[in-house]
Amino acid sequence: MSSESASTPNWPEWPREGLSRIPYWVYSDAALYAREQERIFAGQSWNYVALEGEIPNAGDWRRTWVGDRSVIVVRDAKNEIHVLENRCAHRGVQFCQTHLGHGTEFMCPYHQWTYNLEGSLVGVPFRRGIQKKGGMPAEFDMKQHGLRKLSVARRHGVIFASFAQDMPDLGDYLTPPILELFDRVFDGRKLKVLGYSRQQTPANWKLMFENIKDPYHASLLHVFLLSFGLNRADAPNRIVIDPTGRHAAGMSWRAEQKRTEDNKEMRSLIEGLKLQGDSMLQPMREYERYTICLMTIWPNMIVQQQSNTLAIRQLVTRGPQAFELAWTFFGYESDDAEMDLRRLRQANLMGPAGFVSIDDSEVLGFTQQGVARAPEAAGVVEMDGHGWAEEADHAITESELRAFYQAYRAIMDI
Amino acid sequence: MDKSWSVSDRLTLRLEVEEFYANYIACLDEERFEQWPEFFTDDCFYQIIPRLNFERGLPMATWRSEGRGYLLDRITAIRKTSVYGPRYMRRIVSAVRLIEQSAEGFDARANYAAFETLPDEFTRVFSVGQSHDAFTRIDGALKLRRRVCVFDSELVPNSLVYPL
Ligand SMILES: [Fe+2]
Repeated sequence: MSSESASTPNWPEWPREGLSRIPYWVYSDAALYAREQERIFAGQSWNYVALEGEIPNAGDWRRTWVGDRSVIVVRDAKNEIHVLENRCAHRGVQFCQTHLGHGTEFMCPYHQWTYNLEGSLVGVPFRRGIQKKGGMPAEFDMKQHGLRKLSVARRHGVIFASFAQDMPDLGDYLTPPILELFDRVFDGRKLKVLGYSRQQTPANWKLMFENIKDPYHASLLHVFLLSFGLNRADAPNRIVIDPTGRHAAGMSWRAEQKRTEDNKEMRSLIEGLKLQGDSMLQPMREYERYTICLMTIWPNMIVQQQSNTLAIRQLVTRGPQAFELAWTFFGYESDDAEMDLRRLRQANLMGPAGFVSIDDSEVLGFTQQGVARAPEAAGVVEMDGHGWAEEADHAITESELRAFYQAYRAIMDI
Repeated sequence: MDKSWSVSDRLTLRLEVEEFYANYIACLDEERFEQWPEFFTDDCFYQIIPRLNFERGLPMATWRSEGRGYLLDRITAIRKTSVYGPRYMRRIVSAVRLIEQSAEGFDARANYAAFETLPDEFTRVFSVGQSHDAFTRIDGALKLRRRVCVFDSELVPNSLVYPL
């Protein structure tokens, strides 16, 4: 997509109903996707990039993504963390190709331009030529040709980065109600990575964010969740949306496993379903409030605490019609072997083979198939009204979606 | 080559293991999932894990089953609780190697490939990797005590619904 077509959009007007409609062209338009990269992922956003525990020692680095751009998160000898765009300043080569590594510098393989861990250019072979022939002009200033550096924010072991230079403090960006829930899981204890899982779903990235921001579906789509009473609309629920509408969190408590007047519309509830492998779900209470807390942190982070499963899902955009979901499962360094095992067992619910997550990744693919072929049509999001509030005490709402699109439209200027 | 067996013993065992795999993948390809646990011992360990985790010693698997009960729960998910689109899956097992003999049985390594066909789509490679299997005998029949499928792909193509 050229920048010209990105700056001369030809997408239609937003439907006149406003926030209670989502036009389907937002899920497939290439010029819109280009503008999202520019204004959202490379714009005024704190993007999740890595956990500090992944790069514990000086010289450790992790290759990751901001939107669809590759970046490197690296710890230098002074214990500073830098986030550098993975693109050589000489000819644009994506020079780093391994996910995790360790070193004292980065060297592009093409012409061996070399950068220190802060991203400054420190070596250009044959800069002075050979036998006074060739070489760089005398005025070539190495300082002007470092790697592109991103702004960095860290909180309780979690690293965020931004292509923007004038970013607000991370706490102000998250806002107090979201920060409080962030600190509930990331409470300062050292984190331990249990493993990764990566999947690609044939759907626009916003559909994934919307899925987490949609508590209405959980009691209907997820037969496993609702039959075992793990997350149900007839159990207590709480929704929190930050004042800007960008971030949100949904909390719930475990429900009884039986039919009642309140769950009779949950047609797929299977009564008396029993796990044969009963060690899979023997959760231990870890936090004072809520058995589930699912957070969406604009623009690329989902934080999941579901009983003893702790996971970050990082959204990596791969064009308008696909996204990667990069899962990092973690626990705390202070966990004992029993807790490790609980987390490993309960993770069967999540990821590409998850008892719960399969439903979502499949349905998101079906959604893309429908919406991509009908850009002129629009989705109806009127559950619980036409606007949104910062607090709700029930799950039968689409207010998080309306809040999300209010923020999205303002940032995207559409 | 492992010296644990005489040539004739190895030939016999190899035939038996290759037939086991042929029956195993036929059971799955034909979606006779209810029969799938019969290939395992009651206290089996079965997992599907990304190569990145496996090689770094990170324990998190994409699919982790501890014992027959976990396998039965997966069948319940496939048949009753999971929501997913129709698909065919076809599996190939090749380059089988018998590794060593122990008191409980023997180990085998093999390459596997699984191909997935979704509605309106060409068949695609879904998963390629290596299986690390531990066999034992119960009443003369081979059973898997342990099966670990380590897959190479960096990305899972959306969902892993059926076993490998
Ligand atoms: Fe869901």
